Amino acid sequence: MKRTGKNLKNSPLKAIMVFIGIVMFAAVAAGFNGSPAYSAEQIAGAGATFPYPVYSKWADSYQKETGVGLNYQSIGSGGGIKQIKAKTVTFGATDAPLSGQELSESGLVQWPMVMGGIVPVINVDGVKPGQLVLDGATLANIFMGKITKWNDPAIAKLNGGVSLPGTSINVVTRSDGSGTTYNFTYYLAEVSSAWKSEIGVDKAVEWPVGIGAKGNEGVAQNVAGAKNSIGYVEYAYAKQNGLTYTRMINKAGKAVSPDADAFAAAAASADWSSVPGYGVILANQPGDSTWPMTAATFILMYKSPEDDAASAQALKFFKWAFEKGDTEALGLDYIPMPKSVVDSVEAMWAKEIKGANGKPLI
Amino acid sequence: MSGTMLNVGLDAAQLTEQRSKVLRGFARGDRAFSLTTLIACWTVVIILTGVMVALFRGALPAFQAFGWEFFISQRWSPPKEIFGGLPAIYGTLISSLIAMAIAMPIGLGIAIFLTETCPMALRKPIGIAVELLAGVPSIIYGIWGLFIFAPFLAEHVNPSLVKFFAPIPLLNALFANGSYGTNVLTASLILSIMIIPFISSVSRDVFETVPAVLKEAAYGLGCTTWEVVRKVVIPHTRVGVIGGGMLALGRALGETMAVTFVIGNAHRINPSFLDPGTTISATIANEFTEADPGLYSSTLFALGFILFVITFIVLAAARLMLMRIERRLGN
Repeated sequence: MKRTGKNLKNSPLKAIMVFIGIVMFAAVAAGFNGSPAYSAEQIAGAGATFPYPVYSKWADSYQKETGVGLNYQSIGSGGGIKQIKAKTVTFGATDAPLSGQELSESGLVQWPMVMGGIVPVINVDGVKPGQLVLDGATLANIFMGKITKWNDPAIAKLNGGVSLPGTSINVVTRSDGSGTTYNFTYYLAEVSSAWKSEIGVDKAVEWPVGIGAKGNEGVAQNVAGAKNSIGYVEYAYAKQNGLTYTRMINKAGKAVSPDADAFAAAAASADWSSVPGYGVILANQPGDSTWPMTAATFILMYKSPEDDAASAQALKFFKWAFEKGDTEALGLDYIPMPKSVVDSVEAMWAKEIKGANGKPLI
Repeated sequence: MSGTMLNVGLDAAQLTEQRSKVLRGFARGDRAFSLTTLIACWTVVIILTGVMVALFRGALPAFQAFGWEFFISQRWSPPKEIFGGLPAIYGTLISSLIAMAIAMPIGLGIAIFLTETCPMALRKPIGIAVELLAGVPSIIYGIWGLFIFAPFLAEHVNPSLVKFFAPIPLLNALFANGSYGTNVLTASLILSIMIIPFISSVSRDVFETVPAVLKEAAYGLGCTTWEVVRKVVIPHTRVGVIGGGMLALGRALGETMAVTFVIGNAHRINPSFLDPGTTISATIANEFTEADPGLYSSTLFALGFILFVITFIVLAAARLMLMRIERRLGN
């Protein structure tokens, strides 16, 4: 031991290794002791990307009011479902609703939180926003590659006064799995039996034509950047990017423009109690002023959660959002749920979500 | 040595005792050191095996469901759970090959210019500029490619490419359509920009190892610069140049973000380079978050496993090639 000092002097390596050892030990120790990154004053949720802007806006205001924050990871609907099933979060969020069977098997409840609209966007020289009108069958045929030119008779027939070029249609789709694609393909399957049998409905499908772009912003950019293209995005992206949206002919045969009133009309005419977990897809709903591609996004929570306190916190936040969040939602081009649906959801919470003592959490 | 000096005046037995203690200490340190390096080495092997096993386990349901069909099928339909890997595998290989075909001559050209013909004062700045290119994160290339490069190509370059190749058979099939800015060729061009620095900086470093006397001798015999490069520099550094090329190819095969932005993400094989395609890494990046657990997720694992194997084969082939060259030169 007398020689320690001298040995160290000629081996800086040893010093480095000791240092690394200390750092590693410290890291491991911290890992064992460290509590989760969020405290009890943080609600943990994960899921759909589509409602992320409005959830974070609500979370911000809610934290200012109550001091309780929200840690929402917008990892996608699939990820949200996986995480709530793994019980790593207090609530999951998904654009594509789970079926009644799946809900009861996993002991989850589901309700719609907020709505939005999906709009076709185009980039054709000389065509202004809202000038072009399409119907469901034509839209399906364009995205199936059965209509390939802008001056196709099917499009021309719906658009008497609009001069359309004889160029090929460039189709832009979502390359990533997304709730937007789910709702879009759901609508196309409703209006086209060929779509239903050949392509189907899912968060990603086998597109016969076109290019795929990542995210709403990717589709918006590709449509804006390429002449003669058509794509589909959430309404907010079309509006904020100043893209040329089209009008749609709805189930009642009326041409409607995408706006908050048209989306709300779709929700008003829907029969929410017809599907377990409010899993109604708002595609192709009846009503004269209804926008045919409206979609709700859903929240998933456990009926008998493991952590009662955390779940009660989350429910308080959702209650607050239903009651005070409408203006903020509308400001971001989301549509709040109608009063009747909110009342029904809140009654469902009291009936279904119970703590360990058997009493409702809210 | 230091032991002896410390212990002047002690008797021989004590001296030996002291010395062997010191030596034992050294031996212990040595063993500890070699053990540490051994552990470091095994860590890599264990991680690699772990990744491989995890990927294969994840991929197993897909391989069982589709069998060899997976490698030849072009279908990709999540709603019907029919998956084929061919478009992604083809896209990965073709985009990397085109990128290599473009980047190899340019990268070598840069290296030759920097080592042979560039004025001394310019060598450093140009060298640094090329290396900076390697430091640009791939997401930046992706954004630049999507917002600026792809629209530019679609409007100004693709139409003239299509027109130019139209009368030439075969080539007119490779350069058809071109109405989309994001396509296989755009992805290959972006990839080539990304891998040029790898090729040029490795090549430049090995070119600089050529003994000056060899080059001087060749110049003395009246060789032109071209002849010196072709007959002296390249043969002397072949191994290093190929090594740099393989490094670049490895990067091109696995590049994800930039490619995802500009390749068009279509699960189809089109003969034309100006049509959209997809790659393995782009498919995984696009679809993993929303893939349902089960066959869909497993298929993405299967693609990951295949990419792993492709990269492994490329590196093994490079090793083999280098060994053969070395043996031939040895004889």
